[in-house]
Amino acid sequence: MMTNEALQHLIGGWFPNPEADSVSDVKQHAETDEVLDENREPSKPINPSLLEFTEEGSQFLNITVQPEQFYALMAKLKTNEETHFDYLFCLSGVDWGEELGVVYHLESTVHRHTIVVKVKTEDRENPNFDSVYNIWATAEFHEREVFDFFGIKFNNHPNLKRLFLTENWEGFPLRKDYVDEINMVIK
Amino acid sequence: MESTPINSSFKTEPYQINMGPQHPATHGVLNLLLTIDGEIIKKVEPDLGYIHRSIEKMCERDSYQQIVHLTDRMDYLSSNINNEAVCLAVENALQLEIPERVKVIRTIIGELTRISSHCLWWGVMGMDVGALTTYFYGFRDREMLNDIFEETCGARLTMNYNVPGGLMLDIHPNFVKRVKKFVTHFKTKIPEYDRLLTENVIFQKRTKGVGILSKEDAISFGVSGPVARASGVSCDVRKYHPYSALDKVTFKECLKTEGDTFARYQVRIMELWESLSIVEQLIDDIPEGEHRVTTNAVIKLPKGEFYQKVETARGELGVYIISTGTKNPYRLKFRSPGFSNLSALNHMAVGGKIGDLVATMATLDLVIPDIDR
Repeated sequence: MMTNEALQHLIGGWFPNPEADSVSDVKQHAETDEVLDENREPSKPINPSLLEFTEEGSQFLNITVQPEQFYALMAKLKTNEETHFDYLFCLSGVDWGEELGVVYHLESTVHRHTIVVKVKTEDRENPNFDSVYNIWATAEFHEREVFDFFGIKFNNHPNLKRLFLTENWEGFPLRKDYVDEINMVIK
Repeated sequence: MESTPINSSFKTEPYQINMGPQHPATHGVLNLLLTIDGEIIKKVEPDLGYIHRSIEKMCERDSYQQIVHLTDRMDYLSSNINNEAVCLAVENALQLEIPERVKVIRTIIGELTRISSHCLWWGVMGMDVGALTTYFYGFRDREMLNDIFEETCGARLTMNYNVPGGLMLDIHPNFVKRVKKFVTHFKTKIPEYDRLLTENVIFQKRTKGVGILSKEDAISFGVSGPVARASGVSCDVRKYHPYSALDKVTFKECLKTEGDTFARYQVRIMELWESLSIVEQLIDDIPEGEHRVTTNAVIKLPKGEFYQKVETARGELGVYIISTGTKNPYRLKFRSPGFSNLSALNHMAVGGKIGDLVATMATLDLVIPDIDR
């Protein structure tokens, strides 16, 4: 079992942020020239990895990944021997208000560590992420459920259609902006 | 595909039939769209949603005390364990210290619930493969447990015995006596189950080597509970993430490696013995003390995300709560065991016959509201 710190170190290294390197180069250069510009705002430290890690407000280590790196990260999390996250035990769609996204809870049946991966998009019109059904077979059903309730599409999914609701159902009921005209759930 | 030249009406072309939603083996309302070639199954496509009640959506408007009353309508055969999952999630989020008495009683009732669920499953399993006697025997023993539940909290099926902070009521003065009576009774009944069904040659022929699920596939499909353990996946939540008083008892995780229908059957029979043993270890010294700690009338969870998993009779139930600090969850997701288990059905059934599908489905122990939510 790896500690959250060790996991963060290992996984963070898989996706280095090229911007972080170039900025630190510039900074070093500036320091050697001893040019001090007092009017310049202190720059925000740039994350050395393209992934964002946090443990705040959760009992697990949370990773937020951009949709572009999402599939590569998920494949590596499963196949890498040190992480070996072979058990996708929970896949939930979430509407954060501005953003729509999916939360993946992963556990390793070998090492017994747990991790949470989040992928988000601000595109509410046409949200889509890569499907992970060929990494974990359980995702096929779970992704259909997320599509059904949130309207999030999954690229390469073999059978992406409504799961619980009828084919002609309009709208996506678990979105926060869903208008429930027939008052099926009364506030 | 080559057609038979003799008579065109005997051409073997795959065609589709509907099994369910009212088929007796679908245990509720599940429609399976079968693609078959003769009697051989080519594809099983489950069609869900007949009883979908949008429980997750309703949770977003309900207070945490109210949510508990929805959970037992999901997996109504493990209602007490479902309630416990939400209560534990809320209690952990609030960092409430729960009295030892509550933990022990919760564990006892939880294991009795598991036995009761497995009794019903055993009866129905026999019925699905054509042995009606098991149905009555299973119900006979389950009746004793239902009577205990009724005396304890007034309900026989959809129990709301757990509340955030503890238990609704203390146990009935007769509780310990009746549970002990049941344990003694049931110890003589499991061997009877074995003589009647487990050792039955016809039953073994119908189940051995049928509906095989390998260990790798079981993990990949996110299968849990007895179904996964029959494929050799060590996944008992009670072992890896013990809750309530489960860390104070010794029990064996029931594992088989064959991954077929008979192995899934055997795992549940083995679990009956283990649950009995857990109850026996706890029943004699239930600690004295309060049965509930006082919580605020309106429970507000701190801002953050909380995940709680428990082992129901069907497998791993997860409760994922996203809280924004208000009196109801911003988002609540139930990771129900039946949903993931069902996703493996196509994989297990392809290549078998329709009669095999019925036997395989019986050992998945499906409860439809647990899948549909």
